[in-house]
Amino acid sequence: MNFLIISLIKAALVAFVLLTTLAYLQWIERKVIAHVQLRVGPYRVGPHGLLQPLADVVKLITKEGLIPSHVNHLFYLLAPFAAVTLALISISVLPFGPEIKIGPVTTWMQLTDLRIGILFVLAVSSIGVYGVALAGWASNNKYSLLGGLRSSAQMISYELPLALAIAAPLLLANTLSFRDMVNYQSGYWLGFIPRWNVFPEILGFIVFMIAGFAETNRVPFDLPEAENELVAGFHTEYSSMNFAAFFMAEYANMVTVTAVATLLFLGGWQPPFPEPYSDFVPILVFAMAGLVALYHGLNPARRMDKFTLPATALVFLGIAAIFGLSLFVPMAKIILMALFWFCGKVLLLLFVFIWVRATLPRFRYDQLMRFAWTGLFPLSMLNLLATSLVVALTTP
Amino acid sequence: MTALIFIIFAGLAVFCGINLVVQTHPIASALSLIGVMGSLAVLYLQLGGEFIAAAQVIVYAGAIMVLFVFVIMLLNAGAEATTFQVSRFVKYLGAILLAAFLGLISLVIQAELPATEGVLFGSFQGTALDVGRKLFTTYLLPFEVTSVLILIAIVGAIVLARKEV
Repeated sequence: MNFLIISLIKAALVAFVLLTTLAYLQWIERKVIAHVQLRVGPYRVGPHGLLQPLADVVKLITKEGLIPSHVNHLFYLLAPFAAVTLALISISVLPFGPEIKIGPVTTWMQLTDLRIGILFVLAVSSIGVYGVALAGWASNNKYSLLGGLRSSAQMISYELPLALAIAAPLLLANTLSFRDMVNYQSGYWLGFIPRWNVFPEILGFIVFMIAGFAETNRVPFDLPEAENELVAGFHTEYSSMNFAAFFMAEYANMVTVTAVATLLFLGGWQPPFPEPYSDFVPILVFAMAGLVALYHGLNPARRMDKFTLPATALVFLGIAAIFGLSLFVPMAKIILMALFWFCGKVLLLLFVFIWVRATLPRFRYDQLMRFAWTGLFPLSMLNLLATSLVVALTTP
Repeated sequence: MTALIFIIFAGLAVFCGINLVVQTHPIASALSLIGVMGSLAVLYLQLGGEFIAAAQVIVYAGAIMVLFVFVIMLLNAGAEATTFQVSRFVKYLGAILLAAFLGLISLVIQAELPATEGVLFGSFQGTALDVGRKLFTTYLLPFEVTSVLILIAIVGAIVLARKEV
């Protein structure tokens, strides 16, 4: 019974945080792209457009959900449901931190640990293509169908290098569980280089990230929804919450891919510096951000700056103070440090996703396929063979 | 609890299997087949074959069926038209014959199957480690022969599909 209650609390917490992150990820994306292109991005709803996601959600919920008359009803409605469910489900096996103890309760910062967790994520992502493919087919529209076809072909092709890139760190760690994978990456070479898989497996990491872009249908591989050839691709005929479901699925897939990359290659919640030094990094980061905001608030460039920037500074300094205080409470320190490093790495990779979207143009379809089969696939195969050789030679 | 889950997913597998045959639309049939594979994966999981379950979903539901759906979509196959009329007499006779056939099969199974203690939930040793060990020791030769067979099939497909230069 106790297990059930703890699981429910954890599931509610993770679901709430994940869904909020998905909404704000869109705000972050719009802001980052805007600043790359020398615009300001969303600015009207709330300070710096911070309430924009909320407004978008309200808009999408209250819009009329149109169902075109020429679609296949069952599959048309099933597709967004399948897409968003399969996108959200992977989070249940991803660990965010080590084992923690709150009062009498001992639990892991993870919903559940499967012995085959990595295979589970692969399985879920491999079925995830049905959402897009079905949407394209059920819409009964040539552009949607082309989008659906492209997405299935693309995801089958890029799943190969993705799986082969994942297999190399699995060989090193000799496990299929995310928890053991992160534990394997703890510790430091020569006392300061973290034992993350990204150093021996740099090739695998790069292949994984590129294939991850294709798996999530992101620029430069967003052929399924290429708007200058296919209107909006597979979700042309969708409106209201059905459309929002595809949007959510895309962002949830992005979070999953970056979280898996963090866990497999970047050491999960393990800090990049040895223990006593890494504790001061979050305090330093947040305090610096707070002080910079405070400085600009005291020398305001615009009229509202003398109110908004000190308020922001207060928030940052408050977070820095919380991290500082947590140094004296061992359990709070473990939780906060794990969350800081895990979320930091995931956010960094998400930033790379957005950065690439703002930078690179879209591939042509034949380029996309040639790149997967003649570039990434042999590369990941080579990486796997080299890793196997090293593992075979070093293990007794 | 385990029995309940078994009944749910075994029922789902049977339902999807029947649905696969009954449906006239190819996409609906393909999706039913995915349902069958998913339910079977759950049953494998219940037996303790976690690796087999994951492989079932990744390989069958995630790769092979995606290709099926892809081809159906590419050909844009519509609902199959029923070209023949079935008389009522044939329907009744068919139902009786089907019942007799199923009864015969269950009778044969009952009579021929040795009395064992049955399979227990979770009794199967199917972790990735066990499967890997078995593949590379006991079943090494069949495993390698199968891979060569698949390689031949791939090369054959490429030769057949190659454009004349």
